[in-house]
Amino acid sequence: MTPLPDTFDVLIVGAGPAGLSAAAELKSRGVASVHVVEREAEAGGIPRHCLHSPYGMREWGRVMFGPAYARRLLAEARAAGARIHTATTVTALLPGGGVELSTAEGLRRINARAVLLAMGARETPRAARLIGGTKPGGVMNTATLQEFAAFSHHRPFRRPVVLGSELVSFSALLTCRSLGVRPVAMIEPGARISARAPMAALPPILRVPLWRDTRLLAIHGQSQVESVTVETGGNTRRIACDGVIVTGGFRPENALLRAAGLAVDPGSLGPVIDQYGRLSDPAYFAAGNLLRGIETAGWCGREGRRVARAIAQALAGQLPDPALSRPLACETDAVAFALPQRLSPGGPAPAFDRLQLRLRRPYRGDIALNGARFHIASRPERRILRKLPDA
Amino acid sequence: MPPTYDIAVIGAGVIGCAIARRLTLDGARVIVLEKAPDILDGASKANSAILHTGFDAPEGSLEWRCVQEGYREYEAIRSQMNLPLDRCGALVLAWNEEQEARLPALIDQARANGVDDVAALSRAETLALEPNLAPSLRTAFRVPRESLIDPWSAPHAYLLQALLNGAELWRDCAVTGGAFDGQLWRLETARGVVGARYVINAAGLYGDRIDALLLGETAFSIRPRKGQFVVYDKAAARLARHILLPVPTDKTKGIVVCRTIWGNLLVGPTAEDQEDRSTADLDTPTLEMLKRKGAEILPALAGEEVTTIYAGLRPACEFKDYQIKAHEGRNMVTVGAIRSTGLSSSLGTAAHVARLVSGLGFAASPLSDPELPRMAMLAEAERRDWQCPGNGGMLCHCERVTLREAEAALTGPLAPNSFAGFKRRTRATMGRCQGFYCGQAVQDLLNRGTGA
Repeated sequence: MTPLPDTFDVLIVGAGPAGLSAAAELKSRGVASVHVVEREAEAGGIPRHCLHSPYGMREWGRVMFGPAYARRLLAEARAAGARIHTATTVTALLPGGGVELSTAEGLRRINARAVLLAMGARETPRAARLIGGTKPGGVMNTATLQEFAAFSHHRPFRRPVVLGSELVSFSALLTCRSLGVRPVAMIEPGARISARAPMAALPPILRVPLWRDTRLLAIHGQSQVESVTVETGGNTRRIACDGVIVTGGFRPENALLRAAGLAVDPGSLGPVIDQYGRLSDPAYFAAGNLLRGIETAGWCGREGRRVARAIAQALAGQLPDPALSRPLACETDAVAFALPQRLSPGGPAPAFDRLQLRLRRPYRGDIALNGARFHIASRPERRILRKLPDA
Repeated sequence: MPPTYDIAVIGAGVIGCAIARRLTLDGARVIVLEKAPDILDGASKANSAILHTGFDAPEGSLEWRCVQEGYREYEAIRSQMNLPLDRCGALVLAWNEEQEARLPALIDQARANGVDDVAALSRAETLALEPNLAPSLRTAFRVPRESLIDPWSAPHAYLLQALLNGAELWRDCAVTGGAFDGQLWRLETARGVVGARYVINAAGLYGDRIDALLLGETAFSIRPRKGQFVVYDKAAARLARHILLPVPTDKTKGIVVCRTIWGNLLVGPTAEDQEDRSTADLDTPTLEMLKRKGAEILPALAGEEVTTIYAGLRPACEFKDYQIKAHEGRNMVTVGAIRSTGLSSSLGTAAHVARLVSGLGFAASPLSDPELPRMAMLAEAERRDWQCPGNGGMLCHCERVTLREAEAALTGPLAPNSFAGFKRRTRATMGRCQGFYCGQAVQDLLNRGTGA
């Protein structure tokens, strides 16, 4: 493998769908040196352990499973001439595009003219949800379960409870089936499932009871989960189980941004960007699920390619002065975030040509953004797209 | 004839570990009997990770003497064993008139306790030191030598030094009975009979039960006091430099806000009396209360991410002071009710216990050139393995635990017997993602390492 040079054009942090797609796009636009660093031992990101379809329909017109999709993205980035460096962890982002890295050989520092951050998102773990009880083994997020299914022969439990009803929660049910694990219940605090209504048909097919309006109060057990206490309709009851799959609640992996003092949107928990994907330090760009939790792999890949185009423009000196950017003003608290958060006037076509919104609570009504009015009728966790206001 | 030792220490919490080290260095053949699969599994697994000066201990108490002696010895030995110390100092904060009125007496008490570098601070001086404190603060005083330490690498170092110098550790080994024949104790354990000339009861939350089992009586009753904690992500550590203490009450030091040696910020503990000695349940309303309490002290904490939550039990009893007693004619020392300062006092308590054992007639020649363990440095501010060549790559990204550190932790006489024990030795999976990224890799590594 080509070693990582000390200085080069573009560093991409994270070899998931956004980072790999951006790498291929940058090379195809003639950027000379493009290096992708990935802290895991294998490139590909989350799809590597998503042993289910559908992936790749929009990209390549065929239905693929996650691992094959990840391999194809990697092959395309490599074929385009991007260099991929695995087992390489970015430990600090320095002003102006300096980056500190750790590998098995220790610490080093590199400088890139532009850095694309594509570190993705992760699920909210049990602790951050303040769920009570003890802390036995067998409590994990969906991704960890999927890694057991994809990379290990170890079955972490036999009859877990699944917490949550987002799209990923149903993916957890399928992963359980592939491991020969039968969940004893799927529980959702709300009156409706978070994913779109047709998904509610899946639990009965898999013979998993779906309990709506049910809160997980406590997890019990010493070394392994023995039961959980739930509250449903004003009554508490105990369910015997040997694991808890804590699903969804995706949040951007923003620790490096925060440590570097780069502006973070308290609503999305991702970086504050302008319509070119530029951060508060204009040497840095971001794309993919680092911007918000969560979108599909295909979405993140397209975002990666669009921001890659903006990076090529930045290297050619074609982007407007970031000092002139202004925040988008939104008047209601029902909007959790609107992405991009800032607009820089006077430049080429934006990388983000549509505004991405998420709601904090169910909302039906008009919303004003930079003077433009939109009608919105939607719920949290749902993707909302509107035309980008003029800069 | 059962295997026979000079000393049997019952309980491998921080106190038992420190006693095993002290007596081994003093020349004794020591065995440590621990009922759990791994050490530090009772009261010692959860605390606020502070090395106290004893400034607020009851004047003249045994606790105060042990804390002071323990603090001095920790300072003296920590560099040799690569144990961290963050001498950040503490601020005792008054938020109302009543608390403010109590500060002069607390300052006097600190000085009487030999902590003579305490200094009263005005509101402006306090806010200059800690600009993120809520503006409703009134006054404070500063205790410069209150410090942060690693609550697990320290006791691991103590016991490991004992083991490297000839001591033995039996885990999964509850003591179920015993008799003293005037010369020798015969202890019945889950792993057979053990002979010992002297027995040290360092059984923590079960201290009164072990006394009753071996002596037929107990002078105190353990009343477990639960403490719950909320730990914030490393980004929150910027909000406080000092350990932020409230004005204490009779029952508790109160809810502390402080950084940890690993670079997080914690809020806790609560003080909740309960009967159960084995289970420290977390509950959501209390955790939410801790978050509110933290944000009352540091308003910017409201926007910070929670990394983890935990709860522990302190072995409190009906008395305020430690219950340490040598039993003449029985060759036994009880080290009971080390209720909240055990981490700080452990080395001092061990020295005190060694003197009591001598008083009972034990004599040996101290080791002339004892082996010294060198612990993995996990403190955020120190040079870590991930910064060094040959580390094997990163296993846990959030806590930056390297494969070399993980493999080292899995070898040697104190290799872990449980996932929790591995986490305490390395911090793997204890960061903000709580195993989202590395949980499976860590489990597989442990399964290989332990042959499970």
